[in-house]
Amino acid sequence: MKAFAHLLERLAFTPARNAKLRLLRHYLETTPDPDRGYALAALTGDLKLRAVTPSLLRGLMAERVDDQLFALSYDFVGDLAETIALLWQGDGDQDVPLHEAVTLLSDTGKAGLPAAIAAMLDRLGPSQRLAFLKLATGNMRVGLSARLARIALAEMGEPEVADIEEIWHGLKPPYRPLFDWIAGGARPEHAARAPFRPVMLSTPVDLDQLRGFDPDEYMAEWKWDGIRVQAINDGGVRRLYSRTGEDIGAAFPDVIEALNFDGAADGELLVRRDGEVAVFGDLQKRLNRKAISRAMLDSHPAGLRLYDLMIWQGRDLRGLPLAERRAVLDGADFGSDRIDVSPLLDFATWDDLAALRADPPSAVIEGVMIKRRDSPYVGGRPRGPWFKWKRDPMVVDAVMLYAQRGHGKRSGFYSDFTFGLWDGDQLVPVGKAYFGFTDEELRELDRFVRTNTVDRFGPVRAVAPKLVLEVAFEGLNESGRHKSGIAMRFPRISRIRWDKPAAEADRLDSLKEMLP
Amino acid sequence: MRADQILHPTEAGLYCPPGDFFIDPIRPVPRALITHGHGDHARAGHGAVMATRQTLDIMAIRYGTDFARTRQVAEGPLRVGDTQVSFHPAGHILGSAQIAVQPGAGPKIVVSGDYCRRANPVCAPFEPVPCDVFVTEATFGLPVFRHPDPAQEMARLLASMAEFPDRPHLIGAYALGKAQRLIALARAAGIDGPIAIHGALQRLCDYHIEQGIALGALIPATAEDVPAHLVIAPPSAFASPWVQRFRDPVIGFASGWMQVRARARQRGVELPLVVSDHVDWPQVTATIRELSPSEVWITHGAEEGLLRWCELQGIPARPLRLVGYEDEPE
Repeated sequence: MKAFAHLLERLAFTPARNAKLRLLRHYLETTPDPDRGYALAALTGDLKLRAVTPSLLRGLMAERVDDQLFALSYDFVGDLAETIALLWQGDGDQDVPLHEAVTLLSDTGKAGLPAAIAAMLDRLGPSQRLAFLKLATGNMRVGLSARLARIALAEMGEPEVADIEEIWHGLKPPYRPLFDWIAGGARPEHAARAPFRPVMLSTPVDLDQLRGFDPDEYMAEWKWDGIRVQAINDGGVRRLYSRTGEDIGAAFPDVIEALNFDGAADGELLVRRDGEVAVFGDLQKRLNRKAISRAMLDSHPAGLRLYDLMIWQGRDLRGLPLAERRAVLDGADFGSDRIDVSPLLDFATWDDLAALRADPPSAVIEGVMIKRRDSPYVGGRPRGPWFKWKRDPMVVDAVMLYAQRGHGKRSGFYSDFTFGLWDGDQLVPVGKAYFGFTDEELRELDRFVRTNTVDRFGPVRAVAPKLVLEVAFEGLNESGRHKSGIAMRFPRISRIRWDKPAAEADRLDSLKEMLP
Repeated sequence: MRADQILHPTEAGLYCPPGDFFIDPIRPVPRALITHGHGDHARAGHGAVMATRQTLDIMAIRYGTDFARTRQVAEGPLRVGDTQVSFHPAGHILGSAQIAVQPGAGPKIVVSGDYCRRANPVCAPFEPVPCDVFVTEATFGLPVFRHPDPAQEMARLLASMAEFPDRPHLIGAYALGKAQRLIALARAAGIDGPIAIHGALQRLCDYHIEQGIALGALIPATAEDVPAHLVIAPPSAFASPWVQRFRDPVIGFASGWMQVRARARQRGVELPLVVSDHVDWPQVTATIRELSPSEVWITHGAEEGLLRWCELQGIPARPLRLVGYEDEPE
């Protein structure tokens, strides 16, 4: 567990993606089975263990440490598992194999758990104690996505990320067949049905580029502002995957129940009421929940709008041209009113399409998708056959209020900017942006921050409110968590308005008027 | 004479009426006894200053030779007013001392200043001085602070340098004491190549070398391209444009605070190294047990934790609530 503890510690403090990849890959290459598999599962959230409750842990400490000293310590440290890891008395320094800790947490009965945990803590040094307690409470918080873990695996051997993603959901910790495959062995048989298949993505396009193509060779449809998903019913096994292969079915039991077909479909997950698509914010309320209440299912009903079929009634359609797949899609019966098909747009010229794009029938449309009629379904983002032509981003002129230093390549540069809009004579923060500018502009912004700092809060600097930033964003949600009541999607700095006085920046009210 | 008639807190710092002097005053005073050279304890502008030779040297380096009207080296027992004072090594930084104060008749008080019980290659070890009242810091006065062996932290630094051979490792360390200790520890851990130091460290490193402390080959980290895998700098340098010359650095920080993740995160540190020049919880409690004073006074830090411990042990203790001293200065 020493190597695992070391990995957790480094990951927790390493913001840069490539450095995280290096750390994880190095760990996986140097750690034996089954420990590396359990570590991988713990990091990706796929390790299902008995969750140890905070009250059990507090009980353990109450027998060992003075209440007041514990309270002062917890108050300072701010994290229960870490407080206990640091407070635990003992000089244990054993390198207990991770699988032993996993077995303890999965096999010990409730009555014996406190004593078993205490005995394990006695054997471990401080950083291993923390790793063990994080494992026990199921809360790693090291900022490592399952996607990143699979990229690290792909870097270790021949299989590509897409190959690994396709079988990932059929595998169970500690993933020995997966590691054998990566080391050059046989590809694991699909242990489970309804595997995730790599999603086909599009590239951005504009009217000038489109004019180089023949409109007759393309189909077009609306780009709906929901979540791109893959919906599968494989011999009764029903799954709903995000486009990165996360299984999100648990949060959408209503959609799972509606998958009364045999196949794998590509579409958009949306909240719909009486046929009308609801704003993205409504869908967001359904995400990342462990349990969905009856009331939420009624007030925020989810459904699918399909774009494509990958597998249908036992046939793999991915090698067929889009036009043929679309014909199957249009003729299919999905057996549920929660599922419909994204309509095709009628256009003869690119200017026709431009006109449609300029005036969509719903605010929940992000633009149009343009797809070659003869394109097979290819996972990844091949250049060309599929284009997204998004509606123009919204922009506001905001005033820079705070700046924070970046990490990695941006170490030492103020690169994360909080900006605000006028509400009366006050500037209210409305968002944060950390890209959109060139390296040269970053140096200029950094210089501006350093020469205009008026206050410091730890790593954050407040700046004199005088620089106007043109901020572009893709949409707005209402948000109770933001002081302004609004959250921007994909905000970035599109222009630095050195020329514009702060007093002429936009008002909060004008932003609110842009809400869908 | 009661102990609180011999020493008591004032706005300028800890004052001794029978000796008419202050210890580590935070404002200019006629007569000051200084425990060590950190900026929050050793300030310029006093009338007469008494300190160890090394502390006086360090003050001269930092403030210029005219930092006080008169300077006296503290050697052996000395009379100051109606008291006898003596200086004893504190194990904190080069020149750091505890100050023992005793009037002709009355209890003996030891003001430990900042101190540490762990072996430190850049200074003399802490000397336990029997006393009636022990005045201690409580910078790390909570039982969560059990600082690991610094050799173990050096192993972590080496592991990171091996993991990321193409990224310069920039380690933040306070310019006086911690920086030199870190360099000496790195040498002991087998880092033989050149270590680059930020300009703010140069004169203090030179002084340590003059005092016979081996630091190996040091190069200035001032060029556009610094040819060293390990760079030591004061933490404030990471907020300055100086850091922009390094491509994708691993930023580290050597401090006792790094034991707590939230503290390390606040600093935006990628490689927290737990290396402290202060007593941790086991050291401070063991020191109080060892000296067995009839009373403990606590100067600054997390005094509630240490007060509670003294209460549980049945040792009379009180906080002095001195202001003006940083938790751990930078």
